[in-house]
Amino acid sequence: MNEEKNLSQVCAQQKATDREIQENPELARQMKTIRFTLNGRPRQLTVDVRLSLLEMLRNDCGMTSVKRGCEVGECGACTVLINDEPFDSCIYLAIWADGKDLTTLEGLEGPHGELSDLQQAFVDEAALQCGYCTPGFIMAAEAIFRAGKRLSRDEIRRQIAGNLCRCTGYVNIIKAIEKVMDQRFGPA
Amino acid sequence: MIVGKSMTRVDAPDKVTGRAKFTEDLLKQGALVAKVLHSNVAHAIVRSIDTTEAEKVPGVLKVFTCFDVPDIPFATAGHPWAIEESHRDVADRHLLNRHVRYYGDDVAAVVAENEIACDRALRLIKVDYEVLPFVLDAQEAMKDGAPLVHEGFPNNICGHSEIHLGNVAEAIKEDGLTKIEGWYETPAVQHSHIEPPISYAYEEAGKIVVVSSTQIPQITRRVCAIALGLPWGKVRIIKPYIGGGFGNKQDALYEPLNAWLSQQMGGRTVLLSISREETFTSTRVRHGIRYHLCSWVRQDGSFAARTFQCWSNQGAYGSHSHGVTAKGMGAFPQFYPCPNVDCEAWTVYTNRATSGAMRGYGIPQVTFAMEAHTDDICQQMGFDPLEFRKKNTMPVGYVDAFSKNENYFDSIRQCLDKGAEAIDFKRKQKEYAEQSGDIRRGVGCAAFWYNTAVWPISLESSSCRMLVNQDGSVQMQLGETEIGQGADTAFSQMAAEAIGVPFEDIHVVSAQDTDVTPYGSGSYASRQTYVAGFAIRKTADILRERILNYAHEILRFPVALLDIVDGKIIRSSDRRELMTLGELATQALYSLEHSVQFSAESTAQIKSNAYSFGCTFAEVEVDIPLCKVKVLNMINVHDCGSLINPQLAEAQVHGGMSMALGYGVTEKCLFDEKTGRMLNNNLLDYKLGTSMDHPDKMQAFFVENPEPTSVFGTKSLGEPPANSGAPAIRNAVLQATGVAINENPLNPHELFRAFSEAKLFDE
Repeated sequence: MNEEKNLSQVCAQQKATDREIQENPELARQMKTIRFTLNGRPRQLTVDVRLSLLEMLRNDCGMTSVKRGCEVGECGACTVLINDEPFDSCIYLAIWADGKDLTTLEGLEGPHGELSDLQQAFVDEAALQCGYCTPGFIMAAEAIFRAGKRLSRDEIRRQIAGNLCRCTGYVNIIKAIEKVMDQRFGPA
Repeated sequence: MIVGKSMTRVDAPDKVTGRAKFTEDLLKQGALVAKVLHSNVAHAIVRSIDTTEAEKVPGVLKVFTCFDVPDIPFATAGHPWAIEESHRDVADRHLLNRHVRYYGDDVAAVVAENEIACDRALRLIKVDYEVLPFVLDAQEAMKDGAPLVHEGFPNNICGHSEIHLGNVAEAIKEDGLTKIEGWYETPAVQHSHIEPPISYAYEEAGKIVVVSSTQIPQITRRVCAIALGLPWGKVRIIKPYIGGGFGNKQDALYEPLNAWLSQQMGGRTVLLSISREETFTSTRVRHGIRYHLCSWVRQDGSFAARTFQCWSNQGAYGSHSHGVTAKGMGAFPQFYPCPNVDCEAWTVYTNRATSGAMRGYGIPQVTFAMEAHTDDICQQMGFDPLEFRKKNTMPVGYVDAFSKNENYFDSIRQCLDKGAEAIDFKRKQKEYAEQSGDIRRGVGCAAFWYNTAVWPISLESSSCRMLVNQDGSVQMQLGETEIGQGADTAFSQMAAEAIGVPFEDIHVVSAQDTDVTPYGSGSYASRQTYVAGFAIRKTADILRERILNYAHEILRFPVALLDIVDGKIIRSSDRRELMTLGELATQALYSLEHSVQFSAESTAQIKSNAYSFGCTFAEVEVDIPLCKVKVLNMINVHDCGSLINPQLAEAQVHGGMSMALGYGVTEKCLFDEKTGRMLNNNLLDYKLGTSMDHPDKMQAFFVENPEPTSVFGTKSLGEPPANSGAPAIRNAVLQATGVAINENPLNPHELFRAFSEAKLFDE
């Protein structure tokens, strides 16, 4: 439902963009059409070459889980997966996503809105407070699991060190990730 | 019992799926974008501003300057309105300022169709400044002839107060006293909430609406109305989920300017999103305060007399000013009562970033000084730091004359004992007593004093509205705000308990909308769980009475024999379930004879306050040649009364300890002496701790003494966890190295200076 709405919004935006390009040929030089998959669905967008992936995901794709915290790759609130690896989407150009497989927090839920084990662990362990850094942390943790290797606590700390949290002191975030680590790989 | 259980946060599912809507998530496309031009000088008068080139940038709609804004000075601090004019905050700023008072002050604003046009225009605005000399240090600013930051504040003093007990001059004549003296310095630090301040404003139904990431929607409404010269009812503030605040958003930051800009654009939607760099330079920081403490101590370890002086760096504008400094001073004579005490505190305007409220409100600063001083006394006179604290701290039954707060339990000693046991303090103290070599370990502790809410300094009032749905569930609205601390969950637990319905049947309306939500002052002073408890109980009592009266009409039994338990109407004599609350609510609402929707609303005024105590124990490893402190183990113990939600309380403490760790070891705003510019106004150069920088052992413990003045036995926990961590770390370093470091953070720069002075490198 949401997905369809977003697509229609994107189409509306596309038309406006085409009209703008006709009126102002200079604009065409700054626009580029890219193809990518977003949370498992193929997408095509014409974007300003200067646009960040953060802006594209939030404004053109409706993925508002992707949070803006610093816009210079310091805080990790905008972390998304690109081909299963975590990136700060604020310092990644949208056009670089051409041909890539993108995952945002919206892509972790099951088809009927079921929480993934990782999301559930964040709920159960009170691993969130204000919730603003939470999408970035869950995506950074998701990347750990997609890499498929059991990590020690120190390695987990290193893997999530690019994400800042001011509310939790990281204690329960690490607890939640370790819990899923145990569930998936068996107790250490 | 629902209160006291670790219920899952009511907002957790939305926050782990990205469905939780923060301010920017609610903004529809097509909004105009505004950006602020900040001064690049620390002190100046704006002679003129040339906007010609800026206005030519395609997409720019209008450039506004400090010459365009209304001549209405206003105050921004998140305090309840004071009916008495003398109690109001100083109205010392305009929407944009002609008298520029710090590097980063607001002088102009651009409104454009997009961000790029805004940025281009900002670069083309030409400001002609008459540059003035500036001053960054509080004591320097007090000297005669120092640059004057505000007219009408001679020597830049914006607040001064004193406390005098007994007679210090006489008391120090006693034989056998040792005088211990120390200077302590705390830095400006920044809240660093991960969501920067953001708002958007538009006009609708003849009102100006501001959607904002704020802790204080009701107060922000008032400040916007005053700044724009509007009746208060013409302003509507909507507060969605916010990405942290920690006191920075306990100020009306850019909401007044945002509202005015929308008004100037004919009510079109204008977005004003503050960058991370602006958040550092141009919102608020914690007051940097310098302390001078003296204690005259008897050989038995008791105090004969003490003196306290402090100079608090307010920065350029009032915001939360002397209240922060004075609160810290107030803690000093109370925490270690002594019959002869002289205290004097100054809050001083300077040309630095504006200081405001930040988690702890003056207590992290004073606790650093006071508890560093405590260990200095112990070290110099050979006392045990733990025993010395237990000997001198507030006795049971102590009553503060002003707040009427009473130390009902022996909380401080209980917390100290619990923490000492948890970290194995005495054993480690011995183990680390005689060390040499490059790497040394130490343990230290520090305790703190705190209050709950702001009575009797200010109003404490909280409102609640409850509305029963047809299924027996309850919509609840409160003026008190969820800012990440878990308030909505605690409120839901209290309401479920007070009404007699399951936790799941409380639907707390998280977002505040000043057009709809009843009054609450908002999230600050660690007040909400305490004060909202009164409002929830009072409203639930009214609601229950209405429900049971109606139940009596249907069920015949007298109200005295009826009760609501777990969402059912029961006959209390034999606990028989008569009907569900849902059945009753539906019958009542759709009754053709007597239709009622059960609802209740009330305002509770709170004329009490409550002490909230605790302590930190820290174990550190110091690498002397590298000048590095590694915190190995950190334990906080709190008596915040009965826990409403143990899991969330523990999480709250973790976060406060993390902030205290930063205050102790890494965080500090640096200002360029030559220009006044903040040098590290970003998250790369400002050292906010990452997951790698936190000790593996970071634990929270509680001593649960139910607070007698509180409806649910609870008292403050929001800010207290941030109070005592830094001095505990400092005292652990003192134990490890014998070097007293009197300035936080204990970063390599500071350690190098202190270790060099102590000739540690020569050993």
